[in-house]
Amino acid sequence: MRAYAGLFRRELLLAVRQGGEIGLVLGFFVLAVVLFPLGVGPEAEVLRRIGAGIVWVAALLAAVLSLDRLFAADYADGTLDLLALSAMPLEGVAAAKCAAHWATTGLPLTLISPCLAALVDLEAQATVLLALGLLIGTPALSLLGAIVAALTLGARRPGILSSLLVLPLYLPVLIFGAGAVEAGIAGTGARPHLLLLGAVTVAALPLAPVAAAAALRQALD
Amino acid sequence: MFAYLANPARFMRVSGRAWRFVAASGIAALAIGLYLALAVAPPDYQQGESVRIMFVHVPSAILAEGVYYLIALASFVALVWRHPLADVAAQAAAPIGAAFTLVCLATGSLWGKPMWGAWWVWDARLTSVLVLFFLYLGYIALVNAFEDPARGARAGAVLALVGVIDLPIIKFSVNWWNTLHQPASILRMGGPTIDRSMLVPLLVMTLAFVLLFAALLLLRMRATLNERKARALRLAAPPRRADPVSTGAAPVLR
Repeated sequence: MRAYAGLFRRELLLAVRQGGEIGLVLGFFVLAVVLFPLGVGPEAEVLRRIGAGIVWVAALLAAVLSLDRLFAADYADGTLDLLALSAMPLEGVAAAKCAAHWATTGLPLTLISPCLAALVDLEAQATVLLALGLLIGTPALSLLGAIVAALTLGARRPGILSSLLVLPLYLPVLIFGAGAVEAGIAGTGARPHLLLLGAVTVAALPLAPVAAAAALRQALD
Repeated sequence: MFAYLANPARFMRVSGRAWRFVAASGIAALAIGLYLALAVAPPDYQQGESVRIMFVHVPSAILAEGVYYLIALASFVALVWRHPLADVAAQAAAPIGAAFTLVCLATGSLWGKPMWGAWWVWDARLTSVLVLFFLYLGYIALVNAFEDPARGARAGAVLALVGVIDLPIIKFSVNWWNTLHQPASILRMGGPTIDRSMLVPLLVMTLAFVLLFAALLLLRMRATLNERKARALRLAAPPRRADPVSTGAAPVLR
C-alpha cells in the first residue's frame, strides 16, 4: 500500500512539476468545445440541444490525447523495467498510474465542465448532471486508456494508433454520459444512465489493471 | 487435434491437402446457393427483388461477428497455451473478418437505400457492426505496428480479449442509445419467421461463406508460415554482396 501511495505521489508530482501538462489537456478540452459553436453556429437552441454531447466528446478526445503520458516516458527511460522488478505487482503499478492519470486529467476536466456547460447554455440541472457524469465516467476513460497505452508501447506512431484502438472502447461511456444529461433535460430520469455509467467504471476498476499489466508484461519482455 | 497440429510442418502437410477440398466444396456450395438465391427463391411480397441482397448480407453478418469471436478464442489459446499456430490463425482471420464486416455494411447500405430511403440510418444494429469494423481495423493496425512480429502478435492477443469483453457492453450501450432516440421506429427485417423457400438458400449461402472463410483462413495461415520459413532461410543464408540493381530495390531485412 505504501508503494502504491508512493507511486501515486510520484506521478502527481511529475504531472504538476513537468511544465503544465494538466494545463495542456485542459486547454485542449476547452478549445475543442469552443470550436463547435464556431462550426454549427451560435444559436442557443442548437447548442443547448447538442451541448452535453460536445462536452463529452471533447472529454474523450482530451483523455485520448493524454494517454501517452501514462507509460511512454517511463518505458523510454527504463523506469518501467525497475517498477516491474520491484516487489509491487504490475497490476498495482497500472492501478496507481491510472489513479494518478485520473487525478490529473479526469478530475480537472470534471471541475472545469460547469464553465463549459455555461458556454453551451446548459441549465443548472443539466450542468450538475454533466459534472456528475464526468465524475463517474472519467475514471473508466483512464482505466480503459491504460490498457491501450500499455499495448501501444514501442509501436510505430503510438498516438494515432491508440486513438483508433481506444475510441471504440470509450463508446459506452460516451453514450451513458451524454444520455444522462439528455434524459435529465427531457425529464425522463437520468438515474439509470448514471448507474450504468457507474457500472462501466466499477467493472473496469478491477479488470483494466489486470489487462494493462498483461499488456505491460508483453511490452517489457 | 489441436495438439497434433501444433507442429507447423505437420500443419502444412495436412492443410495442403485440406484447403483444396474445403475451397472446392465452398465454391460448389456458393454456386448452388447463388442459384437458389437468385433464381429459385421467390421475391418478397414487400421487399420485391431486393430481398435477394439478404442472401449475401446475413451470412456476411454472421461471419463478421463469428470471426471476431474466433480471433478472441485463438488469442486466448495463444496467450494461455502458447499454441504456435493460434497467433497465426488469429492474424490470418482478421482481414477476412474485416472484409466480411465491410460486405455486411455495404450490402446493408444497398438494401437500405430502396427500403428505408437512406444509405445509412443510426440503427443500433448498424452502429454496432460499424464499431465492430473499427475493432477489426484497430486489431490489424496494432498487430502490424511493431518491428518484432512476435510482439505484435502478443499485443493483438491482449487487445482481442479486451475487445471481446467490451463488445457485448458496446452492443448493449448502442441498443440503449438507439431506443432512447427513436423508440417507435425500430426497423426490422420481414416478420418473425422466414419462409422455407428463403430459409434454404440462406442456409446454403451461410454454409458456403463458412467454407470459403475456412479455405481462405487455411490459405492465409499457410502463406504466413511459408513467409516465416522464407525469412528464416534468408536470415540464415550467408551474406551476399549487396546488389540493389538486380533485385530492383534495397534488400528488406526484418
